[in-house]
Amino acid sequence: MSVIYILLAVSIIVAIVFFAVFVFAVKSGQYDDSYTPSVRMLFEDELVKPKKTNTK
Amino acid sequence: MENNNCFHCGDDCGKNPIDFQNKLFCCNGCKTVFEIFNENDLTCYYDLQNSPGAIPKEVEGKYDFLSQENIIEKLTEFRGDTVEITTLYIPHIHCSSCIWILENLNKINPNITDSQVNFGKKTVRVTYKSKETDLKSVVLILSQIGYEPYISLDDFKSSEKLINRSLIYKLGVAGFGFGNIMFLSFPEYFEVNEFWLEQYKHLFRWLMFALALPVVFYSAQDYFISAYKGLRAKILNIDVPIALGVSVLFIRSTIEVALDLGSGFFDSLAGLVFFLLVGKYFQQKTYDFLSFERDYKSYFPIAVTKINKSGDEESIQVYDIKKGDRILIRNEELIPMDGILINGRAKIDYSFVTGESQSVTKQSGDKLFAGGKQTAGVIELEALKSVEQSYLTQLWSNDVFNKNKEDGFTNITNRISKHFTIAILTIAFVATAYWLFYDASKAMNVFTAVLIIACPCAIALSAPFTFGNLLRIFGKLKFYIKNANVIEQLAQINTVIFDKTGTITSNQKSTAEYDGQILTEDEALVLKNSLRGSNHPLSRTLYDILKTNDIVSLDEFEEHTGKGIEAKHKNINLKIGSANFVGNSETASVLNTAVHISSNNIYKGKFTFYNSYRKGVSKLFNKFKKHYDLVILSGDNEGEFENLKKLLPAKTKLIFNQKPEDKLDYIKFHQNEGAKVLMVGDGLNDAGALAQSDVGLVISEDVNVFSPACDGILDASKFEELFKYIRASKSAITIIKWSFVLSFFYNIIGLYFAVTGQLAPVIAAILMPLSSISIVVFTTVATNILGKRLK
Repeated sequence: MSVIYILLAVSIIVAIVFFAVFVFAVKSGQYDDSYTPSVRMLFEDELVKPKKTNTK
Repeated sequence: MENNNCFHCGDDCGKNPIDFQNKLFCCNGCKTVFEIFNENDLTCYYDLQNSPGAIPKEVEGKYDFLSQENIIEKLTEFRGDTVEITTLYIPHIHCSSCIWILENLNKINPNITDSQVNFGKKTVRVTYKSKETDLKSVVLILSQIGYEPYISLDDFKSSEKLINRSLIYKLGVAGFGFGNIMFLSFPEYFEVNEFWLEQYKHLFRWLMFALALPVVFYSAQDYFISAYKGLRAKILNIDVPIALGVSVLFIRSTIEVALDLGSGFFDSLAGLVFFLLVGKYFQQKTYDFLSFERDYKSYFPIAVTKINKSGDEESIQVYDIKKGDRILIRNEELIPMDGILINGRAKIDYSFVTGESQSVTKQSGDKLFAGGKQTAGVIELEALKSVEQSYLTQLWSNDVFNKNKEDGFTNITNRISKHFTIAILTIAFVATAYWLFYDASKAMNVFTAVLIIACPCAIALSAPFTFGNLLRIFGKLKFYIKNANVIEQLAQINTVIFDKTGTITSNQKSTAEYDGQILTEDEALVLKNSLRGSNHPLSRTLYDILKTNDIVSLDEFEEHTGKGIEAKHKNINLKIGSANFVGNSETASVLNTAVHISSNNIYKGKFTFYNSYRKGVSKLFNKFKKHYDLVILSGDNEGEFENLKKLLPAKTKLIFNQKPEDKLDYIKFHQNEGAKVLMVGDGLNDAGALAQSDVGLVISEDVNVFSPACDGILDASKFEELFKYIRASKSAITIIKWSFVLSFFYNIIGLYFAVTGQLAPVIAAILMPLSSISIVVFTTVATNILGKRLK
């Protein structure tokens, strides 16, 4: 049953990793603008389109 | 009509559209933008949205100041040897096409390495190679493609803005602690006396303790600080019982774990802090694209052109203007300081300052005040004062602008918390005294249990969720409010004061009445057609009012700037313009703006302009009159007195000729007599009054245009609804009161367990989140119903 120590250690480490990722995300400004990225994401395809028509 | 609209900006192309690649454009500017996009393979800009552009403006010479070292220094956030980064505010950003084109700036100018849009704030952050290009050319490119950045004196002051993210961190820490403690505490709730659990429960408990530490000392620290401050000021605010509850929870749990008495209440503790912070976060509804803190600095230019003794022109920073400097003001530029007109014909639009929409003509030698906008050609002035000492800017030295409105205002939660705290402490002491007498071993247990269960989580959440939700509902209805306190203040208003020009009158429409000899049909025809050719605001207004006529081409047409129009058609020679121009010698005391007309040098009559009042003004005032005192404070003359008298309920006070300071003093005086004042204004001239009033609202035709510092911005189209919104704020207070009742109910149940000494951790763990969640559900549902009724 001493395996519980390993399990607990792993679960705590996983939790801390996620927490660190969260702190990093806040710090890098991801929570400052919650709208633009959602629109920007859709543009990647649009960028490719005119190039395609040119190579034809 | 549909296919006669400009492909770029969507405006009507008029009579002579420019045809380019089978697409119509209204002007060369729009065509150029299309060409730029076309050359750079960016035409899918137009696929994303129909006619997304703005009409590009001519900007020659306007941005020369951007080559100056000290100004570049202030406007850039990073300056390396080869790279510079700047963030520019672009009011025109409005759709997804805008984001797309602005993030592809590098295709237009390869020296721009990166550009990133923040749609909410309407800013673009541009990174460019400073060796190959500079700030000025970046701004010029943006202006050419129709995205002119707005650079004002405000940008000069603060080069770095700090973003406070601590609440998100605290929320993250509390959520992290809450979730993990829950996992660790669950086994003990369900598997009592299980063999393996008995072996390891100490480990579990100490882990919970460790996880609770950051929650108490980091996430909850604001509550301790606020409670301490409250106590020092001898106020029992809502944070006092919260801080008490949190510390008792923590201390008792720690003792229980250390002495092996039980598992403690760490899960309830972390949950409590987490819910409280969620409430705080929810209440923080901010409108990134609006600012409620603006002063004159947002309106003023950052630099002006100075004429040196030798006659050279030079851009200087406006703060560097000294008395005696010669300043050049171009068309459409703002005058930043008081001065004397030396050269040129000044036609000053003081609408920023006075709210008066008609521009005034000044002769050389006249004094010009800061804040006016030149609307005709280039003028030269001599500075009389520096920027900060000018007439308009001095208004901001008034104490009222340094005062924080929230000071001295006790909100509803804190009002109730005073009685609540006293009641809880009394119950705690009485119960402890009873148990000391009856069973002393349980006394301490009961005392702490009362303080734990009575922790007013639900009460503390009622107001944030009600107001937070209402702020969002108002926002959707185009009523943008600064923060939750404003809603509460709005509910207590008993006096409503309106500014006149721009507030109850609309900026765009005016009505005109004709007075004099009736014009013949031919004359009316010529009048309409000559107005058609003129760009003067009064001509445009009159043109829109007059009946439609056939379009004829005039034989002769000449516009004398500042005087009027002269037009000839067949045998009619029409003069339209000022009284002197048309040859009318009688100069009666004229309060209202008028356009005079003469035909073949015989005076015919005049069109007198009246303000056109917003739709529903009369109705709105009649709704208000039952419960509120009504006042009109106008900076204008009394020309509209009779009209207003007819329009508004009899008890409305009408006060004219009020300077900005007079407005402020008027409100101050009435506040001292106990009035709670709502000031509704629109311009910089109301800035003092807006700051002094309990709630200052700004009516805005376009919320993206600047409005002075205020507590809320109301879109002009929703002007009629103002009364409903104030009523809604009152209903919000009622909702909060009902949720207080609900949370008292939970407290009574909890107190029963606490006082009888039966409070087990599992009961606390169920009861506390349950009460919080049901309050959140109740307030959200209730405010949504309220919001439905507003629509």
